[in-house]
Amino acid sequence: MNDSIAIKVDAVSKQYNDHTVALQEVDLEVRRGELFGLIGPDGAGKTTLIRILCSLILADSGRASVEDWDVVKDYRKIRSNIGYMPGRFSLYQDLSVEENLRFFATTFGTTIRANYDLIKDIYVQIEPFKKRKAGKLSGGMKQKLALSCALIHKPKVLLLDEPTTGVDAVSRKEFWEMLKQLRDKGITILVSTPYMDEASMCERVALIQEGRIMDVASPEEIIRKFDKELLAIRTNKMYQLIGDLRQMEQTHSAFPFGDFVHLATREKIDETSLRQYLRDKGHTSIQMKPIEPNIEDCFMDLMI
Amino acid sequence: MKRMRAFIQKEFYHIFRDRRSLLILLGMPVVLVTLFGFAITNEIQNADLVVLDPSKDEMSTEITRRLVASGYFDLYKEAQNIKEVEKSFIFSKTKLAIIYPDQQAKDFQKEGYAQIQLLADATEPNTATTLINYASSIIKDYQMEVNGLQGRPPLIQPEIRMLYNPQLKSVFMFVPGVMTVILMLVSAMMTSIAITREKELGTMEILLVSPLSPAIIVVGKVIPYIALAFFNTLVILLLGTYVFGMPIEGSLVLLLAECVLFVLTSLALGILISTRTNSQQVAMMISLIALMLPTVLLSGFIFPIESMPWPLQWLSNIIPAKWFIIIIKNIMLKGTGVDFVWKETLILVGMTFFFIAASVRNFKIRLE
Repeated sequence: MNDSIAIKVDAVSKQYNDHTVALQEVDLEVRRGELFGLIGPDGAGKTTLIRILCSLILADSGRASVEDWDVVKDYRKIRSNIGYMPGRFSLYQDLSVEENLRFFATTFGTTIRANYDLIKDIYVQIEPFKKRKAGKLSGGMKQKLALSCALIHKPKVLLLDEPTTGVDAVSRKEFWEMLKQLRDKGITILVSTPYMDEASMCERVALIQEGRIMDVASPEEIIRKFDKELLAIRTNKMYQLIGDLRQMEQTHSAFPFGDFVHLATREKIDETSLRQYLRDKGHTSIQMKPIEPNIEDCFMDLMI
Repeated sequence: MKRMRAFIQKEFYHIFRDRRSLLILLGMPVVLVTLFGFAITNEIQNADLVVLDPSKDEMSTEITRRLVASGYFDLYKEAQNIKEVEKSFIFSKTKLAIIYPDQQAKDFQKEGYAQIQLLADATEPNTATTLINYASSIIKDYQMEVNGLQGRPPLIQPEIRMLYNPQLKSVFMFVPGVMTVILMLVSAMMTSIAITREKELGTMEILLVSPLSPAIIVVGKVIPYIALAFFNTLVILLLGTYVFGMPIEGSLVLLLAECVLFVLTSLALGILISTRTNSQQVAMMISLIALMLPTVLLSGFIFPIESMPWPLQWLSNIIPAKWFIIIIKNIMLKGTGVDFVWKETLILVGMTFFFIAASVRNFKIRLE
């Protein structure tokens, strides 16, 4: 086995009892010490893949290993050496911050003090509230506590399932900073997220949709691969605008991004004729400008 | 060992911080025992009695006096005619009427024979039968005394002694029964809920992805509830003996040991339920319907097993409560030692091992 590979997924498929296909022939390699993003919309199979990696569910076919431990055969090894943070806040709400942390430390046969240096930067932020019940913490603090609990046994690999979902923008940014620091300490981190803008925080990302990996690359590479022309357009009738743009022959895609609609076309489009087209459709106060693609544009492009 | 201790400590935090559940757990035994002990009872006291006694001779007044003095009856009314008797049945809570012939004493002296009519309100058949029995035996007693005075020997006189519960107190029936039901409820329902709650809240996911073995999780869940159920056992026994005068003829140590055994059986059953269900509600419904009903109906707690049709009799054998009730009745009322209940004890031990083995087999080390 390759020394530099921390997580290896080989042709893994998974179908649930109700016949929903969660994963189809997924291949993936995460390098040791990498901050790797698994990015895709809800229901794409992110949670299923992470659960298979933590040995929580069994794949129908294919093999997967974490740190060379097979997720089926060596599940005990995996369970004592990885840190896992489920998508839903899953600590004991009726236990205080400190009690939760101490419980998980003991569970893994260690103490808070023994591994304090690893969680210190995160834990100091919630330490003032250590007597507070976990259920009474704010969303951002809950995530910090959950991360501390997942880290308390010095795992080699950290698997995080949508850690930033439902967390405010500031806390999200802080959270990614913490992940970067952990990566610098040598921990391999696989993190899933539905937010495409978070992809730029990762070293490499995999785009997953409907149980298939669409692309694996660094964020820069993904942007470089983008081969369409992009226009940001804004008018007085935004809702109608998307429909009107999608009707055009040259249009590859049109998606709303904030206050603008991003129009992707295979070839450069003549702005004057486009303005005329929109005016004919009844749009006024039309603004448009050519833009450079961001990571989200690339994902939208890959997904359709 | 440290892990186990941490797990048990966590479990106690859950129990003590959920004040409402704790109150229910500790208060329920007291409420149930008191309810069953005082309210639900087969004994009838102070039933309203109507008397129609035209002659008022020494014999009829004496019989009436004895009926009222027994405590079972209250003289509600002395009716003047049969119409009034009927009315009082319809318009009041009269349970029993006694109607004497016109000249009872004379008839009896002349012919050695007299008739008394007893009318009972049979809308409640059990009450009616019981009251008729009470009244008949009081009248028979009186007749025997009169016969004895006149030197005529009675023909066959059965002498009855009610063993182990001479006063036929229904409390003696209910305390063991209630104890069984409560221990079952606390143990099975609470453990099954405690484990499914972890599944529901998603904390089971975290516990699974940790080095904790299924054995630690299961045993760690069970131990706090053993303590809780044992405390409840003591409360019920104290209430039974001091409030209802329930005797403990046998060894207290044996009794407590058997209680712990039954608690273990129920806990194992609760865990088995929790391994098969994923939500607290389902676990609760299964505990209630699949455990509580058979425990109440088929254990001999309320309905005697001997009078059930054979399929139900057969079914009652797999109800742990049936064996436990036999055991504690033997120990508390008859004062028997372990040599008389070892068979039932072994059955419970066997059941416990079966449930534990099935739970460990069914305990899923993965999700779904």
